[in-house]
Amino acid sequence: MSRMLKSREALLALAILVLIGLIATRFPEFVAPSNLANVFNDTAPLIILALAQMVVILTKCIDLSIAATLALCGMVAAMLDVAGVPMVVILPVAMALGACLGAVNGLLVWKLNIPPIVVTLGTMTIYRGIIFLISGGKWINDQQMSPLFKSLPRADILGLPVLSWCAIAVVAIFAVLVGRTALGRSFFAVGGNAHAAVYTGINVGRTQFAAFVLSGTLAGLVGYLWVARYAVAYVDIASGFELDVVAACVIGGISIAGGVGSVGGALLGALFLGVIKNALPVIGISPFWQMAISGTAIILAIAVNATEGRSRGRVILKSAEHVA
Amino acid sequence: MSNFKKLLVSAALATAMFANGANAAPKRIAIVVKALGIGFFDAVDKGAEEAAKQLGDVQIIYTGPTKTTAEGQIEVVNALIAQKVDAIAISANDKDALVPVLKKAMERGITVISFDSGVAPAGREMQLNASSTELIGKMLIKMAADSMPKGGEVAVLSASATATNQNAWIEAMKKSMAAYPNIKLDEVAYGDDMADKSYREAQALMQKYPNLKAIIAPTTVGIQAAAQAVEDAKMVGKINVTGLGLPSEMAGHVHSGASQGFAIWNPIDLGYAATMIADELAAKKAVAKPGAVLDMGRMGKVTLDANNEGAMADPFFYDAKNVDQFAKIF
Repeated sequence: MSRMLKSREALLALAILVLIGLIATRFPEFVAPSNLANVFNDTAPLIILALAQMVVILTKCIDLSIAATLALCGMVAAMLDVAGVPMVVILPVAMALGACLGAVNGLLVWKLNIPPIVVTLGTMTIYRGIIFLISGGKWINDQQMSPLFKSLPRADILGLPVLSWCAIAVVAIFAVLVGRTALGRSFFAVGGNAHAAVYTGINVGRTQFAAFVLSGTLAGLVGYLWVARYAVAYVDIASGFELDVVAACVIGGISIAGGVGSVGGALLGALFLGVIKNALPVIGISPFWQMAISGTAIILAIAVNATEGRSRGRVILKSAEHVA
Repeated sequence: MSNFKKLLVSAALATAMFANGANAAPKRIAIVVKALGIGFFDAVDKGAEEAAKQLGDVQIIYTGPTKTTAEGQIEVVNALIAQKVDAIAISANDKDALVPVLKKAMERGITVISFDSGVAPAGREMQLNASSTELIGKMLIKMAADSMPKGGEVAVLSASATATNQNAWIEAMKKSMAAYPNIKLDEVAYGDDMADKSYREAQALMQKYPNLKAIIAPTTVGIQAAAQAVEDAKMVGKINVTGLGLPSEMAGHVHSGASQGFAIWNPIDLGYAATMIADELAAKKAVAKPGAVLDMGRMGKVTLDANNEGAMADPFFYDAKNVDQFAKIF
């Protein structure tokens, strides 16, 4: 029992439940199942991107261009829709474009050995710039989008919108990918100890490249979902969202130093932020305080994580332990 | 000899043509906008052309930089000075940066006025505002009130909590609310002009205030996000989203019924009025000074305040009847 409580995921889940309980004392309707489903739906993009960011961070990289990729893919999806391209083409194109944008990041990191934070800081601006170029700074508005384009993320399946199901599907895929495949293990190996990974035959650069491509693909998917959900596409959509995504990862116990993290952690980290984001407006807190409160919650969560959930290195040589 | 004759004839002809040209030369009024390719300003140009047609002897030069920078506008104004235009009406990218070059223009006898986004008083003869804070505040609450004859609860969804324009409009709206005793303002929420945050705030407003009848969003991002949230929550018909928006961005939401109507200044009228005033000042039919009354043709008259500023009219109201027509323009 105490062991279970010690795990990051359990602690974070507990924190989320306490948080929801506290919110319920001020605004009881918040815990209504329909509202919690709404909160989950609202958090779905963050969940998907937190998982995408997780694999990148696991390999000791970071993808700051994730929100810009989202925005560019979303704009392209919207423009294709306006041009009359059918839905079955738009979604694959958006994801393929995201993969290409991710591949640009990955190649720069892999082949030119540029630090990922610098690469993605640059591409972040470039991708936003490209949106400006292709759109001419103009907005694409809801009456220009086709009804199918807008309604797909809202379509109801078994009581949940497709947007929520996308997040659930991505969580399931990542649980298998990260936990059960060679690629998944190599993400951890590359970030945990790159030299050791090389000796086991893992190509560090290629693994990081794969992580960036994966991240870009999901950003492409979310790009479409985002634009369709809010029924508007313009240069600045999701600006600053990359920081939410990184925050969700960090709250979820994914180490910025690489090699440590879990799908459950990223999911809960995203949910934690999602609950805060949705609760602050309804519990009547002054907007001047909201940002400070979000930030404090993030730091508190990380502090708890850092002290409670610090995983110790595995002891290899028992006899040497006391000497050192 | 014949050559000399030819020369004489052609010189005489040229002189005659030149003199003729000078007599019939139309007044050239330059409309300098923040940047080319913006629908709003293309509509301003339309209004200016309408005024030119009405005045008869006016030629409009519609110009501006390709990007919304003050440097770009300075170059454009310098070029206009070289062309010796009669008047410049400018919507400035920077209140102060353009003052020196516009002063230079005025020294060369060019009439300079600013419209929409103003220039500091030293750089222009007068500034034409599309509307005034008071008129906008009044319009905001009136649009909500018109949709709820029995009164009820309303909420405001603004941009950021520190946005100067929005805060001034909301203050003015609160003052005008005295005329509507049966309308209660529940809350002013802030969506920071981001689609996702505005959407979330609108959802929260609907949850918190089950009797909410209208959301007033005096920001183009907020009004769209609120309309989308109302549609998604299936509250169309129960909650009316109104405020300030652009027809091209709001047409869909007006037709869905989420918004029964909204307002924004009419750029066509603005271009028309600015041209009328520029023509009047350039022809020395009036002098821009505090208290002066300037004629704006079909838009009526404007009285200048102590800063030589004037407000054109109420924000223009758009609903299902006219939104499509304007959606094509801006």
